[in-house]
Amino acid sequence: MAGSLRFPVDPHRRTQLRALALVAPLVIYIGVTFIAPLGTMLTRSVYDPVVADVLPETLELLEQWDGRTLPSEAVFAAAAAEIRRAAAARSLGQVAGRVNRVQGGLRSAVTRTARELRDIEAGPWRESMTAIDSVWADPATWHAIQVTGERFTARHYANALDLQRLPDGSLAPQPVERRIYLKLFWRTLLVSTVITLLCLILGYPVAHLIARSPTGRANWLLILVLVPFWTSLLVRTTSWIVLLQTQGVLNDLLVAIGLVSDDGRVAMVYNMTGTIVAMTHVLLPFMVLPLYSVMRGIPPTYMNAAASLGATPVQAFLRVYWPQSLPGVGAGALLVFILAIGFYITPALVGGSDGQLISNMIAYHMQTSLNWGLAAALGGVLLVGVIVLYVVYERLVGVERMGLG
Amino acid sequence: MNYRFSSFFTTILAILFVVSCGTESSRSITAVSWGGSYGRAVNEGVNIPFTEETGINIQVEDYNGGLAQIRAQVEIGEIHWDVVDLEMAEAVRGCDEGLLEPIDVASLPDGPDGTPAAEDFVEGSMTDCGAGSVFFSTVYAYNEESIPGTKPSTIADFFDLQTFPGRRGMRRVPQVNLEFALIADGVPRDQVYAALDTPEGIDRAFSKLETIKDEVIWWEAGAQPPQMLADGEVVMSTAYNGRIFNAQVLEDQPFVIVWDGQLMGIGQFVVVAGTPRLEEAMEYLAFVTSAKSMAEIGRRISYSPARRSGMPLVSTHIEKGIDMEPHMPGSPVNAAQALRFDWEWWADHQDEMNERFSAWLAR
Repeated sequence: MAGSLRFPVDPHRRTQLRALALVAPLVIYIGVTFIAPLGTMLTRSVYDPVVADVLPETLELLEQWDGRTLPSEAVFAAAAAEIRRAAAARSLGQVAGRVNRVQGGLRSAVTRTARELRDIEAGPWRESMTAIDSVWADPATWHAIQVTGERFTARHYANALDLQRLPDGSLAPQPVERRIYLKLFWRTLLVSTVITLLCLILGYPVAHLIARSPTGRANWLLILVLVPFWTSLLVRTTSWIVLLQTQGVLNDLLVAIGLVSDDGRVAMVYNMTGTIVAMTHVLLPFMVLPLYSVMRGIPPTYMNAAASLGATPVQAFLRVYWPQSLPGVGAGALLVFILAIGFYITPALVGGSDGQLISNMIAYHMQTSLNWGLAAALGGVLLVGVIVLYVVYERLVGVERMGLG
Repeated sequence: MNYRFSSFFTTILAILFVVSCGTESSRSITAVSWGGSYGRAVNEGVNIPFTEETGINIQVEDYNGGLAQIRAQVEIGEIHWDVVDLEMAEAVRGCDEGLLEPIDVASLPDGPDGTPAAEDFVEGSMTDCGAGSVFFSTVYAYNEESIPGTKPSTIADFFDLQTFPGRRGMRRVPQVNLEFALIADGVPRDQVYAALDTPEGIDRAFSKLETIKDEVIWWEAGAQPPQMLADGEVVMSTAYNGRIFNAQVLEDQPFVIVWDGQLMGIGQFVVVAGTPRLEEAMEYLAFVTSAKSMAEIGRRISYSPARRSGMPLVSTHIEKGIDMEPHMPGSPVNAAQALRFDWEWWADHQDEMNERFSAWLAR
């Protein structure tokens, strides 16, 4: 009896379970440190319950509002009661911050109203509130409350794409002086592409040299590649400032050999040039290492064979060596490009006015403006962009051909 | 007493000792400040004496401003920052959002002459959740060696590329720059924020900034301006007055501060809401906001105490022995040329202004 109750153990199944147990820590780790934060951030970009939770009655009553004239006394009464309650529960600040993003100036108006409402016992609320601050007589204020009151919202994505919602619900471009994000997305893509190409041009010969060197020398060369890789990013970035600034080492050298005059020193940092130079340097090892690992696997005899069959060195390279090194090129380019897209410390330090990238804006909205919804939406747009590029890349090159070593 | 019993007894004593040490050292809080020379001044002038006096250890952490970390900690409910040195606008905003503990001014120590704390603090330096720390200023400074002949003396000179050619350093934020631009354009100091309240005023500020845009190097961290001035990368730069002071006094740099139109702000010590170490945090807050502590900070870096009674206690620099008064934003001569930074205006308009500023920079 007892024996028949026991589950028969399938040896195949046991191997599977063991394999699963081995990868479980990694799966959990990725889930906790990557999937979950990514998920919550992306949720934040479309889901924002704060205003809806704090001002439910006001929002419900506003649904009957015509959108042009002043809302009814009932709306004012509900708003006054809910603002007072929120101020007591100290949740008003988050509401004020959110409506302020739609209509600048409302933050102080809302908090001031809450302070003054403390001393008012009874209505009429419309008169009292418009007397406290004239913003309450402006339909734009109520519109701002309505817009931020949507639990599920596309406004962060609209904002991230330089669009704004008009009171009638239609989308329109932001006024010219506030259009910023699309431009930064383009610039980020452009800069990342340029940096990837530069890394390839600089890294390819280096990787080839290391791959062809005898082991002892190759190790030394590899260490030369790795030492900057191990050095702090900040140290490397500030060293570039020292080298490139107008009173810096390189300009001093150019002046000393008479290439430029003392007044004509070249601006090489705090602009796009500085950003590209420093980022290329920082990201170069990510290109060299995959290239090297792929090139080491290409037998040198192939080039000799091509030469013995009459190919010129250029022909041999283009038709024999280059195609075989392509997996390394693919891996390196993808690594550098994706890292470059998310870079922000280096552009923040050496970028100047035209060297800012989209990640600097994301950092600003995460850390300073606390507009995490917009930061998440900007990150979401970037993520979609990278995925689209990856799919295109996969179609063109094929991921299975990519060699990470 | 036999040997075995005495060894048992010693072991118990040893365990008790270890346990008591453990509880003693667990009285520890994390105080977060701005690092650099200011962080050092707070640490030497306040934190070390505090630990000596109370036995409460202080873990110092540096940050770069902003409410992001505090908000994240409060939202998750895992608080490891206890006392934070915040900017005014952030302290008010954090208070409104329920991220900070309310502070009762009556719980703070009286001035040395017995003045109640509420009267001792300079007007506008206490908020619902924050106690004033020190006044600091954004000023502009120049390197005497890079400007021969006539020296700049007004904000307008900063924008005058004809008389004073060369590159300028400015912080890459709209704050301060818009105010300076309007003052330079002839708006009287007391009408700057009224002007910024109108779209024309904002346009005017941006078009004034436009006149020097090509010559500006934008800085991000407070340590950059003294470095750029020393390297000759810029001939003048906006900067925090304390940073310039340190370069002048400790490193003998030939820098000169122009106090005209100095934009004065005040720091706030706050306690993060829901900290499990509330008692220790409040004890530290009372200590750090005493006139003596403020003066100890002021003797190490040129930031003025937020208490009236603190100023006379500052006297001279702790190492160099020079009189601190001419270097202080709050000294009568310098304060007469100051504009108080209107954090409320900025809390209302920061998002718009930042978008506009970034768009303007990228153009």
